[in-house]
Amino acid sequence: MATPAVVSARRTRPSLLTLGAWVVGALLIAFLALPFVALVLRITPRELVARLSSPAVIEALRLSVLTSLAATVTVALLGVPVAWLLATRDFPGKRVFEVLVDLPMVLPPTVAGFALLMAFGRAGLAGRALGAFGLSLPFTTAGVIVAQVFMAVPFMVGPARASFSSLDPKLLDAAATLGARETFTFFRVALPLAIPGIVAGIAMSASRALGEFGATITFAGNLPGSTQTMPLAVYVALQSDLDAAVALSVLLLLMAFGLLLGLRAAPVGSFWGSRARAAAR
Amino acid sequence: MNRFSACAVVGLGLLAAPFATPSTAGTASAAKQTLQVFAAASLSEAFRELAHGLEAARPGLTVRISLAGTQQLVAQLEQGAVADVLASADERWMSYAKAQGLVSGEPVTFARNRLVVIVPKSNPARIGKLQDLSRGGVKIVIASDAVPVGHYSRTVFRNLSRAEGFPSDFATRALRNVVSEEENVKSVVSKVQLGEADAALVYRSDVTPAVARYVRLFEIPDSANVIASYPIALLKDGPAHDAAKAFIDLVLSADGQRVLEQHGLMPVAANAP
Repeated sequence: MATPAVVSARRTRPSLLTLGAWVVGALLIAFLALPFVALVLRITPRELVARLSSPAVIEALRLSVLTSLAATVTVALLGVPVAWLLATRDFPGKRVFEVLVDLPMVLPPTVAGFALLMAFGRAGLAGRALGAFGLSLPFTTAGVIVAQVFMAVPFMVGPARASFSSLDPKLLDAAATLGARETFTFFRVALPLAIPGIVAGIAMSASRALGEFGATITFAGNLPGSTQTMPLAVYVALQSDLDAAVALSVLLLLMAFGLLLGLRAAPVGSFWGSRARAAAR
Repeated sequence: MNRFSACAVVGLGLLAAPFATPSTAGTASAAKQTLQVFAAASLSEAFRELAHGLEAARPGLTVRISLAGTQQLVAQLEQGAVADVLASADERWMSYAKAQGLVSGEPVTFARNRLVVIVPKSNPARIGKLQDLSRGGVKIVIASDAVPVGHYSRTVFRNLSRAEGFPSDFATRALRNVVSEEENVKSVVSKVQLGEADAALVYRSDVTPAVARYVRLFEIPDSANVIASYPIALLKDGPAHDAAKAFIDLVLSADGQRVLEQHGLMPVAANAP
């Protein structure tokens, strides 16, 4: 149904629809860009550098990089197998499982943090068992990572699953008919071909972990050096030191922008893809 | 522009309109009025009751109370938030608001509050006396220094270091036990209520009946305690000036002071019922 409409639109004049879409697009771009521009304009580059070299900022930055890196690695290790399962297998309760995986994306982060407390807090369902082993997550850096992982999972599974789903079954069949075992096919064919989606998932979950606020402050608390990541530092600074808040926000903005832009510029997808296709042949 | 994009633009405008101008709706008709009160989180229960009282006395009036750490309220006002009344949990932030030109007239102290130590009913760290707060490994939660109660908590620790029966490094050791600095007093309370923290410093008024079921309370001796003063003031840019005055009058009245007292605050001497 969509295809004939597009064709007929092309045949008439270079259309009003296109023009309208451009206008809407321009409005949306302005709406999205304006707050960021306003933020960056609040501070001179020199002031930004001076602010960012303060020990408090470096501490928050170090903690943010450390935790979101750990969270991203964890999410990738857990998310890729799950994405592959969801893309290639049917099993009872799959729908529920899918909803569970997506849930953190729509849940208010504070609710997620509260639920994490109920589960892994000292008095929580699983937390009591952890406590028996002397493990306690709230108020610790590990707790920050747990909150970030929880919130980032859907951002990893989504794109990776889409990649696995879009693989040409013929390639996988070819590998199978040539006698390749499933494990071999997965690692030499499916995984390399799905790399674009996996990399997208990694970048998006890293960005999500880096920006995570609500679940972190609810579950892990807020203490400089152990749980106060950059978003928390921004929030605290907003109430006491506005310039510091601006500097931290600009830094976060640049990091997130860099991550997402880097993802689009990176040639990983085609590189791995061609190697995998070669391997399949 | 064709019909599709025109619809989209109009649609966007319609979506945004009610959010962009909330105050005009309130002032358009004289009968219906909205009073916006910015109040320290520790006033939650008392101010909700007072708001209901004023609404009952003035038909057509809706009182909306925004509750947060005082520092956050003041930051919002600085950034252009519109409200009629500010009730602060300390004089520090009220003078700051006044210096920023946000306040109209003189702030009046309407209540006082004192700090207490709370621990979960289960008392996992076996806190038996205030001295135990400096024992290694006790998980203490306080508010961050920008929050009035957080500022007071640090003062209390320092005062206790000089008090009889306390080690002189009590404050240092207690502060080393702090595992989280929360952004308002209610978050501090919830960390103890949930049993995650071993102990916390909060206002006496925060130990409401609902909270009291979950916590045990330790009084801090008056000599080392901080008595917080709560000033209230009209805000310059507030549109509901008369209602704001009526609200402040109610807070200062004998009835109002009784409500505050019922919620664990200390009435101010001059107006005490």
